[in-house]
Amino acid sequence: MTMRAPTSILPLAVRDLSFVAGGRTIIEHMSFELAAGPRTVILGANGAGKSVLMRLMHGLLRPTAGEIAWSAEHAGRKQAMVFQRPVLLRRSALANVLYALELADSPRPGEQARKALADVGLSHLADRPARVLSGGEQQRLAIARAWALRPQVLFLDEPTASLDPTARHAIETAIDAIHAEGTKIVLITHNLGQARRLGDEVLFLHQGRLVERAPVDRFFTQPASAEASAFIKGELPWV
Amino acid sequence: MGLIWRIAFALLIALPAYAQDKFITVSSTTSTEQSGLFKYLLPIFEKKTGIAVRVVAVGTGQALDIGRRGDADVVFVHAKPLEEKFLAEGHGVKRYDVMYNDFVLIGPKSDPAGVAGGKDIVKAFQQIRKTQSPFVSRGDKSGTHFAELELWKAAGIDIAKDKGSWYRDTGQGMGPALNSAAGMNAYILCDRGTWLSFKNRGELTIVVEGDKRLFNQYGVMLVNPAKHANVKKEWGQAFVDWVISTEGQQAIAGYKINGEQLFFPNAGK
Amino acid sequence: MGDIANSLSGAASLIASGDATLASIVLLSLKVSLSAVALATLLGLPLGAAIAVGRFPGRQGLIVLLNAFMGLPPVVVGLVVYLMLSRAGPLGDLGLLFTPTAMVIAQTILILPIIAALSRQAVEDAWVEYEEQLRSLGATGMRAALTLIWDIRFSLLTAVLAGLGRASAEVGAVIIVGGNIDGVTRVMTTTIALETSKGDLPLALSLGIVLITLVLAINAAAYGLKEMAQRRYG
Repeated sequence: MTMRAPTSILPLAVRDLSFVAGGRTIIEHMSFELAAGPRTVILGANGAGKSVLMRLMHGLLRPTAGEIAWSAEHAGRKQAMVFQRPVLLRRSALANVLYALELADSPRPGEQARKALADVGLSHLADRPARVLSGGEQQRLAIARAWALRPQVLFLDEPTASLDPTARHAIETAIDAIHAEGTKIVLITHNLGQARRLGDEVLFLHQGRLVERAPVDRFFTQPASAEASAFIKGELPWV
Repeated sequence: MGLIWRIAFALLIALPAYAQDKFITVSSTTSTEQSGLFKYLLPIFEKKTGIAVRVVAVGTGQALDIGRRGDADVVFVHAKPLEEKFLAEGHGVKRYDVMYNDFVLIGPKSDPAGVAGGKDIVKAFQQIRKTQSPFVSRGDKSGTHFAELELWKAAGIDIAKDKGSWYRDTGQGMGPALNSAAGMNAYILCDRGTWLSFKNRGELTIVVEGDKRLFNQYGVMLVNPAKHANVKKEWGQAFVDWVISTEGQQAIAGYKINGEQLFFPNAGK
Repeated sequence: MGDIANSLSGAASLIASGDATLASIVLLSLKVSLSAVALATLLGLPLGAAIAVGRFPGRQGLIVLLNAFMGLPPVVVGLVVYLMLSRAGPLGDLGLLFTPTAMVIAQTILILPIIAALSRQAVEDAWVEYEEQLRSLGATGMRAALTLIWDIRFSLLTAVLAGLGRASAEVGAVIIVGGNIDGVTRVMTTTIALETSKGDLPLALSLGIVLITLVLAINAAAYGLKEMAQRRYG
């Protein structure tokens, strides 16, 4: 186990969270707790508020009401996020990871950066300009960059939506490895197969509300809410 | 952020500030500089005294204003009434006559006002007004402009009231005004020096010259160090002294364009 | 047409003759304008970036002001700097009037808004793309702004070149604060103005062609550099 900070920022308590923007209520009175351990998958139709919820938890957005309560201070430094489209700097792959490590005042950034690249199998591309890498390689680099900081929580917003199956597989392998090392995974995906492969529990959102929460198998085989049933049928009409 | 300010400062002082050299600043008029007199005269002075002379050449009004602000050590212009006012205000130490040149009336070869070859400038002005021939005025409060206004007065014409569309008040220096006159085929009062060096003559030529009223007196003054502590009074006075000395006066007389003398030294006369 | 053809060949022979006076005028023009660009970039890029990523009261007003000042009339800037640096003015004791330093100061003031406003726009557009990721990594404020500036450096080059263009083209500011003193503060644009006023239009035009050629050369070099670097860094 390579947990860095002894104080865990988990569990995360989301209390009566609301978010209003442009006159629209996007998140409405949401409350739940995220504990360390299970991989949490957030599902829901487009516009259900999944991305907004993730950004609220990660601190990129400020709640209109309610609170995001981590269990320790400086929670921001102990999380990382991977976006659907990776934003890389115009530098080499290695330099991109270095940048993140230097921001976090890491003690041995060079060494850690090389290890991070090795962990995702990108060592051979260390000196290549990050922007000329393929989509899959760029996303792997983004994961390496996030993982290099050994966050306690890793948020991923549809990390493989833009990738082909081979690249998707590589990303899923990386996510598995990260989870194995003890990082809490919180994942948004539209790919229900991926949800079943990577998730332990499901948070199902509908129109800004948390409608159902269940272990992943039970969610798909015995959805408790009408909305969840409709969602699964809509995404998998043959079920 | 501190690094940025330090680099900026270093850049600024890396530029030669010219503070170490031995020099004086003389504010003078565009006509004096453009006649080429300074290019000829100043090296002689510099060689003799080791003092470099930096000339800022602008219109007479602006040249005197530069002196008023203490931004020049010496003023060298040609508008006696304005110079005396400058003196009366306490900005100058003493005014010396240096030299004179003359104005000439320039006009189109076609001579619509019928003044060519005349020796009476006042009559010529009256003719131009009568025939409403196009006339370009500098209109920039320069020495030349004032001379022109005096001539209208002498001709009994209230030009401020009487000007019609034939009178083009351009607000320009001598060169640009000549360019305008060449473009419009108009009459214009000009100092001989600038005319001799002017290359864009078009259809223009000298139509009236030699009238005593066309003489243009130049004066030199040291800017008053009592009022402006930064004036380089020794070097400035050295320049004033030299320009009115026999040597300086002979040098002025020695300046010629196409074998013609432009300026006639008359210090102390 | 004949005038232009004359001046083109005049320009060529001017350059070929290696005339010492011309060389020193060109050198001074380069020194003044490049120094002004360097200073304005040093101050203007971070300023533009800070405004782009910052959120503070009066930000919109500041952006409008910056954009408006891109069109500052050079002659007005020259006049104001002149009044500041004149012996009768507040900074008179520095003795900077009628020196190349004064010209650099005036030109820096003139082009600072251009570089700041254009870089603000470029950084703001890029910020849309980079913001979430940079904030997620923990980069905020000046740190984020500087990271952005470096990352979009090729786009910012255009802002810098715009500043250079304005500086090397203007005459109004440098002629007032410099005084167009022969051998001391005479640059290409003021020489062109002088020759025009003396009526020597062919020479003025030839000098103009030399000036344009110079600026073209600098821009071509900058473009080439940018292309090379882009191929290396993506």
